[in-house]
Amino acid sequence: MPNGHADTAHHPALQHHFDNLEQQQDAATFGMWVFLVTEVLFFGGMFMAYTLYRYWYPDGWVAASHHLNVLLGAFNTAVLIGSSLTMALAVRAGQLGERRGQVLFLVLTILLGAVFLGVKVVEYADKFEHHLVPGPNFLFDDARYARPAQIFFSVYFAMTGMHALHMIIGLGLLTWLLLNAIKGRFTREWNTPVEVVGLYWHFVDIIWIFLFPLLYLVGHH
Amino acid sequence: MDTATAAPRVDYLENGHTWQSWLLTRDHKRIALLYLFGVTFFFAVGGLFALMVRLELLTPLGDLFEAETYNKLFTMHGVAMVFFFLIPAVPAVLGNFLVPIMIGAKDLAFPRVNLLSWYVYMVGGLFTMGAVILGGVDTGWTFYTPYSTAASNTHVIMTGLGVFISGFSSILTGFNFIVTIHKMRAPGMTWFRLPLFIWAHYATALIMILGTPVVAIAIVLVALERTLHIGIFDPTLGGDPVLYQHLFWFYSHPAVYVMVLPAMGVISELIAAGARKEIFGYKFVAFSSLGIALIGFFVWGHHMYVSSQSIFAGLIFSVLTYLVAVPSAVKVFNWTATLYKGSISYDAPMIYAFGFLGLFLIGGLTGLFLGAMGLDVHVHDTYFVVAHFHYVMVGGTIMAYLGGLHYWWPKISGRLYPEGWARFAALVIFVGFNLTFFPQFLLGYMGMPRRYHMYPEEWQVLNVLSTAGASILGTGYLLPMIYFTWSWRKGPKATANPWGATGLEWTIPSPPPTENFIETPIVTAPAYDYAHQEEHVA
Repeated sequence: MPNGHADTAHHPALQHHFDNLEQQQDAATFGMWVFLVTEVLFFGGMFMAYTLYRYWYPDGWVAASHHLNVLLGAFNTAVLIGSSLTMALAVRAGQLGERRGQVLFLVLTILLGAVFLGVKVVEYADKFEHHLVPGPNFLFDDARYARPAQIFFSVYFAMTGMHALHMIIGLGLLTWLLLNAIKGRFTREWNTPVEVVGLYWHFVDIIWIFLFPLLYLVGHH
Repeated sequence: MDTATAAPRVDYLENGHTWQSWLLTRDHKRIALLYLFGVTFFFAVGGLFALMVRLELLTPLGDLFEAETYNKLFTMHGVAMVFFFLIPAVPAVLGNFLVPIMIGAKDLAFPRVNLLSWYVYMVGGLFTMGAVILGGVDTGWTFYTPYSTAASNTHVIMTGLGVFISGFSSILTGFNFIVTIHKMRAPGMTWFRLPLFIWAHYATALIMILGTPVVAIAIVLVALERTLHIGIFDPTLGGDPVLYQHLFWFYSHPAVYVMVLPAMGVISELIAAGARKEIFGYKFVAFSSLGIALIGFFVWGHHMYVSSQSIFAGLIFSVLTYLVAVPSAVKVFNWTATLYKGSISYDAPMIYAFGFLGLFLIGGLTGLFLGAMGLDVHVHDTYFVVAHFHYVMVGGTIMAYLGGLHYWWPKISGRLYPEGWARFAALVIFVGFNLTFFPQFLLGYMGMPRRYHMYPEEWQVLNVLSTAGASILGTGYLLPMIYFTWSWRKGPKATANPWGATGLEWTIPSPPPTENFIETPIVTAPAYDYAHQEEHVA
């Protein structure tokens, strides 16, 4: 072990193919960044569709966008930004090896994530009620814009649905972190999972930061 | 965490014989063999469909299969070959085995992710095979809308799901390669000492992580359109079917380079070892891989010259298509320059390398014909296109894959293959390949469209030649399967470095121990240091 640090070269979390924990942590963090690049492109296809149809149907999209609840959207944006803060604090507690801080901030992050999804359920239910879900039952009050509005809601559901799916996966990861944090697994020497999931959570946040103005604030000046 | 600390070192093949030791392995070398099993299976499936296509085209009348059946045959041939053979073949088999060893690492950065990628690939394959068994799919491998959303009554969603799932295995492999190459290199293994095989795989991995998610979301949207009629690709609901083509080709053109770049990496290794020389212009060849990956993302429009794209956009895509040929040409010129005054062997891997050079040259140059807008309108969707991409995919990728499989076979299996048979098979494949696909250039230029099960009588001679060539080609592919199977059990034992080649993979025993390197190697020389290697040996 040419670069081995005495205190980390025999850590139980060290996998056999890494020289030391630093290299392992480096690889994991870098790996998450590479994965997030993939994620950007995954959402990129939908942003492309958004751009095309908004350019084609500017008026129809303004009309459709007015059917979204800006207040709930803004509330959810605040909730997610708050969860990013608690996540960042959880990562810090991880780096300092503070078990109580980790547990507290992970619980808060999970709660905020759940609130976001809860609000999303309310919003989706409202769309179902008002026949704004694309498909045979789609009904739009302004007949001129019925077709563009349906495309708008297709893009809305595809993008926010894909985002919600990422939130659900994130909540699963956070729960797993929480269980490990309770057992005191994350120490000063080794807290890679907290950091890596933190990166993922911030990414999911940032996607929403783009989705909110693009979908909710079309035509609001 | 095994306890075999003081036990004598065992090679990776001897390290466990149970099913579990294979199916739950995290050893990149064993996972490479799992992939070898998978891609060989799908190659056979795809080959079977190709055989049926060629049999139908033996006669001008559609007398063997109905048009609908024929549509399914060429679709499933394409799906199996592209998504389940060509894309994973070189990176997931040879790359998986060699990337960690060539850079002096004990494994890929994420061994569990690597195993996961194989399972994801097989599950995707199962879905696709399931669709085949339930009755198949007939949209063409491109799943163009509205055909895939409104017109087709076949198992589009199931096949699409299979492709979608297997795409994640590609993403996971690419992700693992990038992190491994960045973070796991042995001391002294600088970027410019990396074998060109690694540069090629690095460029491939970039395309995998950047392109694949886009086709994934495109397929999701097709599935939503098909099930819920959300209108996103449906012009009657205000959507745009051409948007699908853009999203599809944004991945699927770069995917061509996922298929051919790793093959180019193999060729660099084969030519250096076969000519016993350093690759001429190492840095140019290394950067040309990145150049291909980069420019390759901006040429997708050349698939859409005749589908409502503006002339101006077409012009730009045409110029970019010419540009992407430059780095490919750099490689071919540099390989040729490497051969100059080389001490050239004519062993089987080298015969495949020569075959690659000739066939890829033809495949690449005819790509320029197709990149020219005016000419493309004439030959679009004809057999000229079919012949072109088979020269690149089969003549390029499969030649390199087989060449690489022969070259590294002693390392993988610890055994030698029968050289005489291997040279014979390489020649049979070369002859069979040309006889199959060269007539298709002529047919295409005369206007024979692709994807029809019948054709006018005057084209029969060329079609018969093509089918005859396909039978020879098929026989040629069977030969290596037979003698590799024989060699696996009965072949003579191989030494650590049977080719006398440079590269870290040849410094460790054949087959390698599970941990590859007992001591992390320290690299002090550039790749392909044949000039100095001779001195050490002598």
